[in-house]
Amino acid sequence: MATSRSEHDAVVVGAGPAGLAAVDQLVRAGATVALLDAGHGPGGQFWRQPASGAPAPAGLHHDLGTYSRLVAALGRDGVRYLPQQHVWTVTAEGHGFTVHAVDRSGAEEVPVEVHGRRLVLATGAYDRQVPFPGWDLPGVMTAGGVQALLKAHGVAAGRRVVVAGTGPFLLPVAAGLVAGGADVVSVLEASPRGRWLREAPVVLRNAGKLGEAAGYLRTLAAHRVPVRTGWTVARADGGDALTSVTVARLDRSGHRVAGAERVVEADTLAVGWGFTPQVELAVGVGCRTRVDADGSVVCEVDEYQQTSVPGVYVAGEACGVGGAALALVEGRIAGAAAGRAPVPRRTSRRRAALRRFAAAVHRAHPVPDAWMDALDDDTLLCRCEEVPVGRVRAAVQASAVADARTAKLLARPGMGWCQGRVCGYATSCLTARWSGAPYDPTGLARRPVASPVTFDTLASG
Amino acid sequence: MAEPTFLFDGEPTPYAEGQSVGAALTAAGIRSWRTTRVGGRPRGLFCGIGICFDCLVTVDGRPNERACLVRVANGMRVTTQEGTGHGDLEV
Repeated sequence: MATSRSEHDAVVVGAGPAGLAAVDQLVRAGATVALLDAGHGPGGQFWRQPASGAPAPAGLHHDLGTYSRLVAALGRDGVRYLPQQHVWTVTAEGHGFTVHAVDRSGAEEVPVEVHGRRLVLATGAYDRQVPFPGWDLPGVMTAGGVQALLKAHGVAAGRRVVVAGTGPFLLPVAAGLVAGGADVVSVLEASPRGRWLREAPVVLRNAGKLGEAAGYLRTLAAHRVPVRTGWTVARADGGDALTSVTVARLDRSGHRVAGAERVVEADTLAVGWGFTPQVELAVGVGCRTRVDADGSVVCEVDEYQQTSVPGVYVAGEACGVGGAALALVEGRIAGAAAGRAPVPRRTSRRRAALRRFAAAVHRAHPVPDAWMDALDDDTLLCRCEEVPVGRVRAAVQASAVADARTAKLLARPGMGWCQGRVCGYATSCLTARWSGAPYDPTGLARRPVASPVTFDTLASG
Repeated sequence: MAEPTFLFDGEPTPYAEGQSVGAALTAAGIRSWRTTRVGGRPRGLFCGIGICFDCLVTVDGRPNERACLVRVANGMRVTTQEGTGHGDLEV
């Protein structure tokens, strides 16, 4: 099998806001750059473009001017933009790093190796999920998946939709659904309204963000979509697909209020509990991680976005979930630093302000414990391997297991196709609760092969 | 010109240029296209962005393709997948 190999000053992985900003800065600094991305086109999740090639509808997208400017940079001399590349590992080699990917742009998969003296990882994040009875029914989807259907394909995921979970991302998803012609039955934000008031000093300094949220709320109000704070999804029901959602009220400590439940008819439930950063490539090449305020494993970076491994930079969600504006700023800093160009102080100050805002969002939108109380023994914890909650609890209790990695080895949650990306957070939370040991998600964040590859590709590396 | 179609379990199904298999099936009102290995439970789109592998489907005879990532092509044969998708290999 043919393996193509090439050398650059820097390799950037991920073409979302952080990766595009990094490439732009690297080019300005005169560096040669390869940009690898899994998508069909640049933009990542935030700037996901219509698959038809039609212009993006403005209502679903923000800051398209910046997007156009950054995409234009991909056409400049010294940049190789490689879409549909599924990167499965990164290795340190000689004076730099080799990115190993599978090129899926043609009919056949082709293994690819791209070498760079420095590496910028802008791998983004995906929706964080927690299990509840019925969450494996068709019709239950992640909020991000519902948004992707709208942005890229112009398809509303369902006709009667409940949006639930926590965090500011629920609002654009619900507003997008309304604009796409769906009947949004209600938006359930688990956090009580008061939590935001406590964060007012930080939030008020980010007026732009407030304006965005207000715009979504106006759209929802105009369509008489109720936004209920302090409510959550308790269970999903249906035969071969979702037909109803049981919703429940939460008290201030995040536990269910007895008897405060109601059943809502719906064919679709869009749910999201914040985001899980994709850190496996960084972890694989030895970058040090920490557990962030939202409970996610993220990469440690210095003021230049450099990790504990010299020459490896991380920008965007993978060093702490903070949204697209922060990702752009971090990408700019990482690109400038990797290109040996100075980082303006103004840019560093902007990063500090956006990080304070991100921290306020994390404090205002914790995942309430109620989901752990609502589980049945036969609720699936791991969707891939169909491992029910009861089996993992029995393994943890019978063997006095205190960490999620051992729970995985004994009862197999996280052993399937997705490698624990979906159930890793929940397995870590539950293992801590059942064993009494502290919460530790790091054991389930290692994935030596970050994307499924054939044995042929592995053997060629 | 007739609008482009692909075959879902033999049924001609319309799609728009550039759509993923999962998006085209969702637009056609189809919610699931796989049954699980253990419980035989139906599954369709969940994460929608290539992370969860719930939406696996057989495309032109290749099992375990992610419906959320594969783009539809005219005349493509998409078939419901049971278990591992390698039914012909099981004894």
